[in-house]
Amino acid sequence: MNKIVEKEYFSANVVKLVIEAPLIAKARRAGHFVIVRVGENGERMPLTIAASDIEKGTITLVVQKMGVSSTKLCDLNVGDYITDVVGPLGKATHIEKFGTVVCAGGGVGVAPLLPIVEALKKAGNRVITVLAARTKDLVILEKQIAEFSDEVIVMTDDGSYGKKGLVTNGVEEIINREQVDLCVTIGPAIMMKFVALLTKKYNIPTVASLNTIMVDGTGMCGACRITVDGQTKFVCVDGPEFDAHKVNFDEMLMRLGAYRDEENAAKEKFKN
Amino acid sequence: MKEDRNTPWREALRQSMKPKERVAIERVKMNELDGEYRSHNSEEVNQGLTKEQALVEAKRCLDCADPTCVTGCPVNINIPGFVKNIERGEFLEAAKVLKETSALPAVCGRVCPQEKQCESQCIHLKMGKQPVAIGYLERFAADYERESGQISLPAMAAKNGRKVGVVGSGPSGLSFAGEMAKMGYDVTVFEALHEIGGVLKYGIPEFRLPNQIVDVEINNLGKMGVKFVKDCIIGKTITVDDLKAEGFEGLFVASGAGLPNFMNIKGENLIGVMSSNEYLTRVNLMHAASDDFDTPIVKGQNVAVIGGGNTAMDSVRTARRLGAQRAMIVYRRSEEEMPARLEEIKHAKEEGVEFMTLHNPIEYIGDDKGHVVAMTLQKMQLGEPDASGRCRPVPIEGAVETIPVDQVIVSVGVSPNPLVPRSIEGLNVSKKGTIEVDTETMQSSIPAIFAGGDIVRGGATVILAMGDGRRAAAAMDKFLKK
Repeated sequence: MNKIVEKEYFSANVVKLVIEAPLIAKARRAGHFVIVRVGENGERMPLTIAASDIEKGTITLVVQKMGVSSTKLCDLNVGDYITDVVGPLGKATHIEKFGTVVCAGGGVGVAPLLPIVEALKKAGNRVITVLAARTKDLVILEKQIAEFSDEVIVMTDDGSYGKKGLVTNGVEEIINREQVDLCVTIGPAIMMKFVALLTKKYNIPTVASLNTIMVDGTGMCGACRITVDGQTKFVCVDGPEFDAHKVNFDEMLMRLGAYRDEENAAKEKFKN
Repeated sequence: MKEDRNTPWREALRQSMKPKERVAIERVKMNELDGEYRSHNSEEVNQGLTKEQALVEAKRCLDCADPTCVTGCPVNINIPGFVKNIERGEFLEAAKVLKETSALPAVCGRVCPQEKQCESQCIHLKMGKQPVAIGYLERFAADYERESGQISLPAMAAKNGRKVGVVGSGPSGLSFAGEMAKMGYDVTVFEALHEIGGVLKYGIPEFRLPNQIVDVEINNLGKMGVKFVKDCIIGKTITVDDLKAEGFEGLFVASGAGLPNFMNIKGENLIGVMSSNEYLTRVNLMHAASDDFDTPIVKGQNVAVIGGGNTAMDSVRTARRLGAQRAMIVYRRSEEEMPARLEEIKHAKEEGVEFMTLHNPIEYIGDDKGHVVAMTLQKMQLGEPDASGRCRPVPIEGAVETIPVDQVIVSVGVSPNPLVPRSIEGLNVSKKGTIEVDTETMQSSIPAIFAGGDIVRGGATVILAMGDGRRAAAAMDKFLKK
């Protein structure tokens, strides 16, 4: 049982939760995720850690209301307890001085990107971050990202904030302007697919952090399997970060829909 | 054991009936639920023996001077000792004898492959008769004790204040924890999942091993002072060094064989194709088949389970219970070579499971949304025996067929979970990823770390895992007292 000590709405459907988890706060590195379960009948849901505070013994998660489980989590309030929080899981992000790194985040993917931006900056990289969202209200963590970025480019689909266009437009702008040594991308699978296609064209090594369906999150079930360079990999123990140029995103997108009918039915039932 | 046999009551019991009369008694038949009825619910299939049945079955045992059944048991349970206690009606005493050696007799009585172990060595077989139903009797004694409400806690040594840790709460970890607690150690079991019990909870279905039985055993350990910490991954949440700093002097790693194997054939990542671990975890641990729980499961109508082991049988029988019209076992060798317990195969057949032996999947075919809709099977024939002594399956050229399926459960074994071994520096790990230990003491390359169960064996049985826990406990005690 882990207590929620702080809650903030980033937008109507995106919530920041600060949770008591002293052991995880101490052990986690950029790139790690946790498995969360809400209620004794809840499902196990993977969420990448956005930040931690060792002194306060807390971790920060940013959650978007999507289905029943994420809605249940978002509906919890300060003082409530989350039934289970386990982690940190996955391999930590490989951090070193690469040179110039473009970090491309979309939607709530910006939250797990934050610790990576911070770690890359602290390792001496020039960090340029591209934040993308559908519209102005959905741009999150811009201030915190800016703190550790040499430059922040905001892209919105509708042009209501920053520049009008997709994340790939922002990334390409940088590539055309200066030498880029690495690209890190976190966001919806479809977004990461197109970032990977773009950077491949320019031969820029790219890392994507994947968020697939999981059950245990410890390698036991294989629900999270994807194909990387023709080989089956488990996102939970082999990842969550992979060479984006080698990930079969089409298969990943397909597999994300494995329980779509069940999820929609559950959502309907939950609303009523 | 010899001394035991020479006690006056045992001698008198032996004299009370002629061996010839004992041999003449027919082996008891397990009371089980009707196949059709049970294939739609999760009630336990085997109903256990009645007192009367157990009393008669126990008479069949000849109380041999040299009980070969004991050598067939991986942990050398004093089999005649407990069986003869049943014969004289001392059921609680029988349970005590079992517990001298086995931490979880109610579990082993249900899930051990007795026909390959104790019962395979029974003297009756040499006389062309059915072996004594040792497994049924073991279960009877353990169930009797539990249901009597008079579960005996083992004699406990005075607390010695020394802390030891256990990684994983499956059969190996639980058995180790029990042994160490008995010897006075302060034992903490760390479990990665949100439930205690490991494979006994997430893997073996309710209809074969009710959770309540496992919980009784876990509660007993709790009464003995064993502490349990859920949601805690050693090497991730806390490191081995952290544990050392907190005063833990020894660690037993029993983290299991977590990683499911796949066959790496075309279409294996289609929607609807999954590991038996995933399928069983969803149903058993996450209760996905119940409407009150959030975890989803697709209830397949045409379900193929690939493999011939106990996990394959558990999966295919679960599929029937979730409403599959057609539930098939697809196995590349013949039934003869199947590693599953005979009883599981029998039960599966009674429940309407189809057996497609000498078939091997070579491809899965999906629809435009990526859902599996068919599988292509290669027909096989048996060739020369391979290294395992079993006949090697050889493809029959050109003999291929395609069968419609909407769910495929791959149950072709597991590999050791790398999570824990990877996190401990200096730990010797084999090429296969198993932790290397001294097979006598279960001590790893790091003196204070011992290991057992599937993380050492790579995929074995509950009883072997428990045996490892016992041996490791004895050896760690010796090591820590040096």
